[in-house]
Amino acid sequence: MFGLKSDWSLDVPERYFTLESYEKGVARWCPGCGDFGVLSAVQRICRDEQIPPEKVVAVSGIGCSSRFPHYMGTYGFHGLHGRAFPVAAGIKARRPDLHVWVATGDGDCCSIGAGHWVHAVRYNMDMTVMLFDNSIYGLTKKQTSPTTPLGTATNTHPEGAWLPPINVLQTTLGLTNVSFVARTVDWNPLHMYQTLRAAYDHPGFSFVHILQRCPTYSAEVFADIQHDPERILLLSHPDGVPGDPAVERMYPNHLQHDPRDMAAARQLAEVGEKVPIGLFYRNPDAPRYDHYSVRGLDTPPDERLAAVEAELDRFAV
Amino acid sequence: MSKRRQLSKRSRTRVEEHIVEIVSDSGEGAQKAGQTFGTVNAKMGNGVWTVEIIPAEIKPPARSRAGASGIRVRFGSRNITNMGDQADLVVAFNEQVLYGRIAQGAYRPGTVVLLENKWAEDSQEEIRNLYHQALEDFAELGLDVVELPVDAACSGVTGGARVGKNMFVLGMLCEIYGRDLEMAEEEVSVVFARKGEEVVAKNLELLRAGAAFAADNVDLRYEVPPWSNQEELVVMNGNQAVGLGVLAAGIEVVAMYPITPATSVSHYLGGALPRAGGHLHQAEDEIAAVGYAIGASFAGKTACTVTSGPGLALKTEFLGLASMCEVPLVVVLVQRGGPSTGLPTKVEQGDLLAVLHGTPGDAPKVVLAPATIEECFHFVVTARKLAEEFRTPVYLLTDANLATGVQPFPRPKPERGWLAPPLDQSPWPDGVEPYAWDPETGLSPRPVPGQRGGEYTLTGLAHTRDSKVAYDPQSNTTGARMRSRKLAALQKALIPPDVHGDPEGDLLVVGWGSTLGAIDEAVDRLRADGHRVSSIHLRFLSPLEPGLEEIFARFERVMTVEINYSDEIDGETGSEGVLVTAANRRRGQLARLLREQTLVDVDCWSEVSGQPVPPAEIVAQIERRLPAVAPKTAAPETAAQETAAPETTAAAG
Repeated sequence: MFGLKSDWSLDVPERYFTLESYEKGVARWCPGCGDFGVLSAVQRICRDEQIPPEKVVAVSGIGCSSRFPHYMGTYGFHGLHGRAFPVAAGIKARRPDLHVWVATGDGDCCSIGAGHWVHAVRYNMDMTVMLFDNSIYGLTKKQTSPTTPLGTATNTHPEGAWLPPINVLQTTLGLTNVSFVARTVDWNPLHMYQTLRAAYDHPGFSFVHILQRCPTYSAEVFADIQHDPERILLLSHPDGVPGDPAVERMYPNHLQHDPRDMAAARQLAEVGEKVPIGLFYRNPDAPRYDHYSVRGLDTPPDERLAAVEAELDRFAV
Repeated sequence: MSKRRQLSKRSRTRVEEHIVEIVSDSGEGAQKAGQTFGTVNAKMGNGVWTVEIIPAEIKPPARSRAGASGIRVRFGSRNITNMGDQADLVVAFNEQVLYGRIAQGAYRPGTVVLLENKWAEDSQEEIRNLYHQALEDFAELGLDVVELPVDAACSGVTGGARVGKNMFVLGMLCEIYGRDLEMAEEEVSVVFARKGEEVVAKNLELLRAGAAFAADNVDLRYEVPPWSNQEELVVMNGNQAVGLGVLAAGIEVVAMYPITPATSVSHYLGGALPRAGGHLHQAEDEIAAVGYAIGASFAGKTACTVTSGPGLALKTEFLGLASMCEVPLVVVLVQRGGPSTGLPTKVEQGDLLAVLHGTPGDAPKVVLAPATIEECFHFVVTARKLAEEFRTPVYLLTDANLATGVQPFPRPKPERGWLAPPLDQSPWPDGVEPYAWDPETGLSPRPVPGQRGGEYTLTGLAHTRDSKVAYDPQSNTTGARMRSRKLAALQKALIPPDVHGDPEGDLLVVGWGSTLGAIDEAVDRLRADGHRVSSIHLRFLSPLEPGLEEIFARFERVMTVEINYSDEIDGETGSEGVLVTAANRRRGQLARLLREQTLVDVDCWSEVSGQPVPPAEIVAQIERRLPAVAPKTAAPETAAQETAAPETTAAAG
């Protein structure tokens, strides 16, 4: 940021961004909603990285968490049910200079937009994805979501959810060309910040599964693991989410997990007594579709015109 | 049984135009032969229209009546604008495929059929019998069948390999029509260049052998003099023209998902778009394709998506968002038969109302319909500009007829101004909202990510000038009005359509899209017979071109000719067995639109045969609605009343 250069001149940036630079309006989530914490973590990362607000685009689908872009003082795209990924991909296709954050929920990503989830992982375009998983449809008022635990009563399944939930991380880790998969919890702002920052730093499609409380419709779903730190398994590794003494003190159970070890990552994603948080998998070498889509970006107009003429030659009689 | 022709040289018969078909089983290369023949004709100065005959399956069973694959080449001593009526000369690789074409009314008594005769000696009795039965059937229909041992002659060149018959046939056609064989050789070399010298040499040998074979075995010789057109020409099909239009418009992103008959746009662009610095995205599905295009457009790179009916249905929600959020977007819709999967390879103009009204809520958009292959090119350039100026999706409605039809047209002269302007990243002016609507026109400038000070969140929810979600009555009403007024503003910039024929008369035919050439040709024939018929052809369907009421008022009747479904009237209300009357008749899609917009009682004739409409059919349908041609001295008005069409009353309300 600031510093003396070799010629003794001071390098003072023209603009300095504060948290307010990334804030807009008053977020209208329910009191106690986990979304607030994610929003401030992202705003802090933008501030700490000093990303010009005009270079940030927050993209979302539909749902409570998809209101996210409205509260960012940046560019935003609040689109359609389940369709955040194709829009984000289109934005990134020819704009490598933009920083794209995708806010999506368990219904949005894993149900109506599941087809795009599969392919967005495979495209591996550089963006940071936050899956706000509260295991319920909130905006439409308590319908079963694909991650609602078996037996949980909802308005569409009053006798309890009939089907076992989708395992989000196993599904993601099972997809071809996956490059960054992590999990964090909304009630630990430090871990969430560190996780999202690692995701932001990763060049490629960074997928962060956020266990997020809905105080209105699924208040109890994460209560056990929230109130019993023994239930959390903190993944640590020099290549993982950077460790923080406060976080490490909070959770007695730690596991050294090498994020390059896919077999171990898939094993960890199995549902067990303990819920692992941290970085499951990272492969910085996975091919990126945005490296393909961006080709020819700087072709000058004269070259484009020449190409059109050359094409017309091919059809000339 | 058909007669064998005396094999003797004759002088060439001079004709103004000819329609030639090559029909075969799928995979025998008839289309490649026909396209090359069309190109040679164009190079020799003829007007040409080429249309492919495509079965829906990749490999239908051999010798199947429904599986006819092939091509029609209509060429003449003038600009040829449509596929015409019945063929003059047909080359058929087997007799069964001809039945399919006969059922489609492609031939007339006197049509010459050069028929492969090896089936007469086939080892299977069933095939021999079918062949002989066919000869009888064809004779009964009056087809002039010439049996030829093409296969045998051909395998003399290929050493028995069952390939290359198409180039042999091309050689035959070159001899029959006196085409420059050197020019044909040049084309064949280009067509096979990628496959290596050996393949080129073999095909050239086949071409020459075919010409020599025809010289010895076929005594038909025609001359189709050139059209005195000195302009530099390009020749391509409508999908290629759309693809070239994309390049010339400087569109950087095209996102699509494979769907017939739109896909070949992407086949062309897959190679060509990167050569011009752009990016073709094959998305995971139709929805993602339009989402990707919208994302790219939002980020400042006006994008294009290409699809057909089933894809349009899937894209609907995103297209509504593009209207609601005013995202510039070019949507190319290559129409096919519908609803549902319908007729994948066949022509229909059945999606007009789906495009106009298919989106939930009120979703204004601009809709253009190119009428020629040349317009397929130029309208893409127009569409991108309109999309950006008016901050709206712009739809281009083509169809399977334009998509696969091939026609030469004057070589476009691309200009720098056609290309999309460079990305504007200058700071956004203070105090200008993201939807700073001009209260009169609804137009507003658009901030693009990267523009400092322009930060806003686009939302599909009802929103204010600030792009803030707003559910209050005033905000929603204002937004809807602003989006709608853009169309009125655009209409103000348009001019009334040209009338083909006299500016007034008994009947005005209104068409749109690929039917232009056939309608104009039909009108010309009727006018030559003394009928007072004219036509107009609409390119803008939303907003409609201005001045239609005034034009309609100058004609006794107005009718549309379309390729989509409409009811025929059973008879008078109340009569026995009459269900469909003028009162409950469901009309063609343009007819409905025109009736709604002009309050004129617009009649229609349309069909869903899956075929382009031949001019003769249009002539017949118009004649039904016209007074009999009166002697030149008599007043036509009296006759008009006696033979009035079942439904129409005076056109002008």
